[in-house]
Amino acid sequence: MNVAEKKHRVIEPDSLIGKRIPKMDAPDKASGRTRYIHDINLPGQLHGKILRSARIHALIKSIDTSAARALPGVHVVITAADIADQRPIGVAKDHFPLKVGRVRSQRDEIAAVAAESEEIAEAALKLIKVEYEDLPVIGNPEDSIKPGAVLIHPEPHGADGTHLHLKQGTSIAHKGKPDNVAMRFDYTHGDVVHGEAESDVVIEDTFKLHYVTHCCMGVSGMIAEFDAGGNVLMYSNTQVPFLHKREFAEYLNIDPARIRSRKDGTLTFRQVHTLHDNGAYTSWGATTPFVMMQTFSSLYRVPHCDYHTAAVYTNNPYAGSFRGYGNLQATFAIEQHMDMLAETIGMDPLEFRMKNAQEAGEVTGQGMSFKSCGFKDCIKTAAGRSDFSRKFAENHANQKKPGNIKRGIGMASMLHVGGGAKIYPSDGCGTILKLDDFANVTLITGASEIGQGSETVLSQLVCEELGLPISAVTVVNNDTAITPWDVGVHASRTTFVAGNSAIGAARKAKSKILAVAAKKFDCTEADLDLRGGFVIRADSGEALVELSKLLRNLHFQDKAELVMTTFYYEPPSVHQDKGFKGDVSAAYAWGTQVVEVEVDTDTGFIKLLKVTGAHDVGRVLNRLGIEGQIEGGVVMGQGYAFTEDLMIEDGKMKNPNFRDYKLVTAPEIPEMDIAFIESMDGEGPQGAKGVGEAPAICMAAAAANAIANATGTRLFELPFTPEKVYRALHGQAPKRYWKPWKAE
Amino acid sequence: MSLKHEIEFTLNGVKRKVMVDVRMNALDMLRDIVGLTGTKYGCGEGECGACTIQVDGVSLNSCLMFAVDCAGRNLTTVEGLTDQPRGEALRDAFVEHGAVQCGFCTPGMMMQADHLLAKHEHPDEACVKRGLEGNLCRCTGYKKIVDAVVACGNAEPTP
Repeated sequence: MNVAEKKHRVIEPDSLIGKRIPKMDAPDKASGRTRYIHDINLPGQLHGKILRSARIHALIKSIDTSAARALPGVHVVITAADIADQRPIGVAKDHFPLKVGRVRSQRDEIAAVAAESEEIAEAALKLIKVEYEDLPVIGNPEDSIKPGAVLIHPEPHGADGTHLHLKQGTSIAHKGKPDNVAMRFDYTHGDVVHGEAESDVVIEDTFKLHYVTHCCMGVSGMIAEFDAGGNVLMYSNTQVPFLHKREFAEYLNIDPARIRSRKDGTLTFRQVHTLHDNGAYTSWGATTPFVMMQTFSSLYRVPHCDYHTAAVYTNNPYAGSFRGYGNLQATFAIEQHMDMLAETIGMDPLEFRMKNAQEAGEVTGQGMSFKSCGFKDCIKTAAGRSDFSRKFAENHANQKKPGNIKRGIGMASMLHVGGGAKIYPSDGCGTILKLDDFANVTLITGASEIGQGSETVLSQLVCEELGLPISAVTVVNNDTAITPWDVGVHASRTTFVAGNSAIGAARKAKSKILAVAAKKFDCTEADLDLRGGFVIRADSGEALVELSKLLRNLHFQDKAELVMTTFYYEPPSVHQDKGFKGDVSAAYAWGTQVVEVEVDTDTGFIKLLKVTGAHDVGRVLNRLGIEGQIEGGVVMGQGYAFTEDLMIEDGKMKNPNFRDYKLVTAPEIPEMDIAFIESMDGEGPQGAKGVGEAPAICMAAAAANAIANATGTRLFELPFTPEKVYRALHGQAPKRYWKPWKAE
Repeated sequence: MSLKHEIEFTLNGVKRKVMVDVRMNALDMLRDIVGLTGTKYGCGEGECGACTIQVDGVSLNSCLMFAVDCAGRNLTTVEGLTDQPRGEALRDAFVEHGAVQCGFCTPGMMMQADHLLAKHEHPDEACVKRGLEGNLCRCTGYKKIVDAVVACGNAEPTP
């Protein structure tokens, strides 16, 4: 290329947004090179094991660790007695890492061993002798609130009845709790009495939900060492490195939901009471009502809403948080009621939803302000693509016809936070950005990559500002000593919050670069832009100088400078007040899913045929990544609706393995048709909103509606196993086709 | 009391001689004795498929195989797979089709998919779904994994 040609080189506009960008970490992961927690083995590493309770609810009479301590290879054995001042843990600070005087649930921690190998640690656990005195077990939340129920957290006493003199502290772990209620939530907007008076139609039902668990394929664990500076360096597989809390499962029961409407199809009021099984300790599961009330109060326009709930202690495993927690449960109730109300007043379920659906510009009774809102487009698109209305009418007509195979189609929609959620004092994320002499970018972000693709989408957003290819970016996101603060991967917030933070840092870098270039080319910053690795003229696209060359010139001069920027983004949302009102997220995500099923009424078996989804995601950033999120969420929702059920009886998990806890497998997945509604949120990064939790939320509700459409029978209890479906259809269990064996 | 036994086998094309406890499974041997951690421990009871390897060209759960039974056999793990043309093509297909999220099931999926393509050169979607039935994935919903394997098996050969 000669000099004359080079001068006239024009860089055509190009964008990474909306493209299918392969995940940056995928090649290593597919080659077995990525290191997970159990792949790390440090020199001289000891192995820790925890002795867990052999009883569900009992006093600890004595612990004898002498034989374990004497085992060769054992470095240390600790119990609560060895740690003078344990700090309470958990959301309500209601337990200690090593339990004091009492165990309250399966797997409660009693002692910990560190030994030279896993085998020795295991052998040492077997040598620890614990004497228990059993206490009555509370296996469900209804029993927990009965008068005279045994207290789960009484004032701490030793086995001999004397008060345990725990070090000063005011927590529940220190002082106990005089009743079994862990948390209460009471929410009201409008006046339900008034709403009731103007209603023509009422329906009221009780929904009972099951226990599910994450089943992350990766094993959990933690490795700790002292580094050369005497700091504790911890390796852990957490999604909230800065908060460092992990939760395990979620459990709750809902009790009746009442909803009413006028005959013209306008919702008048909604009243809900729920009872949550908190388990033995308070983790994030207790906060499920925060999310549930958003759906109750604001998914559809409802002038009067009343919601009361309590999370109560039992001796079950404690409840944590899980993709969209609270919303799957609330939507299961709300969206079944939408169909039932529509049927009662003789209205088309689609039309009924459209009539009550939220729109952009609305501020709900709970104070949520919907700036971008593609809800109605979601409903229309999902219904249109699935041919909902025709199939709905056809299936309905086929209900009474002969034949055991019935088809059904059902719809459900959801509202979820899509611009972070201001639950902690800050909902922000920090970014540090630096460019080297060759226009390579190091993006140091607080946001954790847990497989969802944040590294790639953040790199895209940065490259979009700086006019560079994805390959120019290295992401650093795994060391809290280096990365700026971020509240964690939850609430579908990473793309929105970390994305805006990354854009902020990139724009500062761009502005600095353009200022330097403007001086060099004797023009204003507005005349210039960055594109294809060059500084260009904004109007003509003419390449002026390679970005790397400009950066080197900046660096290697008398007044040497580097381009390094920082940015902290805090979303413009507010904390809820004491009445749970306030615009808690900077944006809200919407979605509608249509589920098609085939029900075999002879066996109760349901085949999931197809899921048609339409999600308002603001804007598609990485099409490959967002499809993966939706597909994965749909199938997780399928498991929640049909197969997954953590069976707990009197505090004991009966199926803690993949054989009996059924995850969906490859042949069982439905056909999926996913559409994206791009409502271009004004605050979102390039217009995008969060989507991580959204796709799992509607499945159970839409499936219940599909089953009702197929059979005329409603299911209020999850999951929809063949037995449950059969019982619902036939009013009894299937007849035995075998005879009990009898000796001749 | 543990009894040790010395065994010889071929791993990813390299002859190996290792001393193993007779109670040890092949997965622990690969990860703890040989030091190849690409093969993952998911459940330890043959339900999740994360530990899938190939032994004499057959895919199996390495957590359910005794290490001593590896004696005299030809083992392939994910570390060796991507050195082979089909393994490389599979890796590229997984990347291109977005089949990887958290990546923990991916090595097992890759091993099983390679075995599947060895038996069914041009599989359709149903064949791939059936073939991957024993490998659990919690992130992707399987669709993109299936797409990747179907595409890899039905790609035009590069001239």
